[in-house]
Amino acid sequence: MFEIVHKETMSAGNVFLHEIKAPKIAAKAKPGQFVILKANETGERIPLTMADVDPEKGTITIVFMAIGKSTALFGTLEKGQGYQDVIGPLGQETHLENFGKAVCIGGGTGTAVLHPIARALKNEGNHVTTILGARSESHMILKDRMDKISDSLIICTDDGSAGRKGFVTDALKEILETEKPDIVVAIGPVPMMKAASDMTRQYGIKTIVSLNPIMIDGTGMCGGCRVTVGGKTRFACVEGPEFDGHEVDFDDLAKRLRAYGKEEKEALEKHKCNLDAAV
Amino acid sequence: MKKEDSPRKVPRQKMPEQAPEKRRKNFEEVTLGFSPEMAVMEASRCLECKKPLCVEGCPVGVPIPEFINLIKNKDFSGAVRRIRAKNALPAICGRVCPQENQCEGKCILGKKGESVSIGGLERFLADFERQSGNIELPKKDKSTGSRIAVVGSGPAGLTVAGDLSVKGHDVTMFEAFHKTGGVLVYGIPEFRLPKSIVEAEVGLIEDLGVKIECNTVIGLTSSIDELFEEGFDAVFVAVGAGLPKFMEIPGENLVGVCSANEYLTRTNLMKAYDPNYDTPAPSGKNVVVLGAGNVAMDAARTAMRLGAESVKIVYRRSMAEMPARKEEIHHAEQEGIEFVLLTAPSKFVGNKDGFLSGMECIKMELSEPDESGRRKPVPVKNSEYIIECDLAVIAVGSGANPILAKKEPGIALSKYGYIIADQATGKTSKKAVWAGGDIVTGQATVIEAMGAGRRAADSIDEYLSGGDF
Repeated sequence: MFEIVHKETMSAGNVFLHEIKAPKIAAKAKPGQFVILKANETGERIPLTMADVDPEKGTITIVFMAIGKSTALFGTLEKGQGYQDVIGPLGQETHLENFGKAVCIGGGTGTAVLHPIARALKNEGNHVTTILGARSESHMILKDRMDKISDSLIICTDDGSAGRKGFVTDALKEILETEKPDIVVAIGPVPMMKAASDMTRQYGIKTIVSLNPIMIDGTGMCGGCRVTVGGKTRFACVEGPEFDGHEVDFDDLAKRLRAYGKEEKEALEKHKCNLDAAV
Repeated sequence: MKKEDSPRKVPRQKMPEQAPEKRRKNFEEVTLGFSPEMAVMEASRCLECKKPLCVEGCPVGVPIPEFINLIKNKDFSGAVRRIRAKNALPAICGRVCPQENQCEGKCILGKKGESVSIGGLERFLADFERQSGNIELPKKDKSTGSRIAVVGSGPAGLTVAGDLSVKGHDVTMFEAFHKTGGVLVYGIPEFRLPKSIVEAEVGLIEDLGVKIECNTVIGLTSSIDELFEEGFDAVFVAVGAGLPKFMEIPGENLVGVCSANEYLTRTNLMKAYDPNYDTPAPSGKNVVVLGAGNVAMDAARTAMRLGAESVKIVYRRSMAEMPARKEEIHHAEQEGIEFVLLTAPSKFVGNKDGFLSGMECIKMELSEPDESGRRKPVPVKNSEYIIECDLAVIAVGSGANPILAKKEPGIALSKYGYIIADQATGKTSKKAVWAGGDIVTGQATVIEAMGAGRRAADSIDEYLSGGDF
């Protein structure tokens, strides 16, 4: 078992942080890489990009939103309990260098994926401007951690309950017009990554996105995670999860993410019924 | 021997099986195995040739006439011990080896009639032994202190691990998935090879002292050089050929088009057919499967069991060229799988939400034989038509997985990405690293992978006993 040594409940109660004992993975993992977790014997294999790694403690950190049956089950796991299986580190690590001025954009739980990447960019000597977006203040995660590693932090909320009212792309547009960043990293919901990439394309700024397609093995074996990048089919598990945002076919990704919509909804309903029955 | 008992007069025993109309709705094993009486009867057919060709046809050299003779004498325990000396996975091999092309294909009785059911007898013995609970493992040599890392827990890896453990070495097997068995658990369906049987055979390998570390992707979790740093003296790589091939035709990324690997992994390893498991199966009412090998048969028969209304195997050649085992084709036909032959897909078409709704095909005709010796299919002009379908499973083969190759530049690869290894020993271009199974040969059979494992184990043992690399 991979024990959960620390748990936090974040953002309106449905986003969770688990710090998990996984020394072998912690010793190896680099920013941008992911793990696949399976809660128990009957559980699904769920891929999640690591939000943090502590090689000394031998732990990795994941942040996830409980949206489907499996993530809801993950959310019920408490400190001292654990995952039956954690596999990794998987995927390619982020390409890091001192680009100069970096803009890091995080939306929703994408902020957790962004965190180690932004920190590494800072450590490489980049000037890091971070833009975080959420529906409202209560949905914002990791604000303090991101603040600590950024040269400047811009908060955007849809309802204006924190920072500025509006989308991350509004803030991005201003930066693109006033100062020319050397690289943009945008990680969050598909529409957000698409909008950010569409915007930076007009300014010719290299943009990295991290994709989260449906996946089973994570080692290039099933092809379930295929994404269209630059008109070619790529496997996100071994060639990603990061790709050039200007090349990604986000509509294709959004469509493929809906593959099991019906089954997921049914499974979640059944899970809730079971939970209610248990209570 | 009375005349009517002459081997040629006793008919080949037909293994009982679940009725097609029943089994197409469940995942339980199709064939039910011989009873002891049937096994003895079947064994009585063996001519005990002085020069047994069947043994030549077996990649691991199981002493076939010897074990069959022991069955004749009802010494089932003795017979299974004879097999175990050469084959650590008899319950698996008895079920999934293509015997008709190997041992049984060489059987003299088969020249004029029907060969001895060697696979059925092997399976009978392994099942008899397991059910008796009285399993005699090979005696282990005393500990050598050498440590071997086996990468991949499929048939080749299991064979190397078992063999080297018997020879007294300390073996650790690494597996990327959360369960051991490789293609035996993710690829071959429950109805052809029950997972409990794989678990039992893997359990025996563990009983021999082999340590197993799941969830470990060598190349990512640890590199091969790190394994040496950790104190391993030799590494055997058997990661299989798991990279799915696609058709490279338009519409392939529509929802509802998937690789056989994905389809079978979801159902077999992740048990998507069992409502107690959370992994969903790609559901299809009208399913097409592209390809005609064993994997295609497995996918088609799985779709039928998952409740499809129609399942079609679409193949560009004719029945005669199908690479699948005859028995699998026969079982598929019995279960109501349609064969759409001399037909090739040209594109997938979808609805406005991006879900598959049909597949455009073109009819083919056979012309002259090509380099494979099979008659080459050529398209018939203007013969395009659409097959309506909501799930397409692509089962046209798979290639070498690139993970380890990318991370280990010291291991020479063929132009297709397979590891180059000496055929007789399994040695690669990297010192103290051996390889075998599908990652060397490309997609092949369980027993061929085991044969490669056996040869590599001998070579590794020789190296560890002071030999050169």
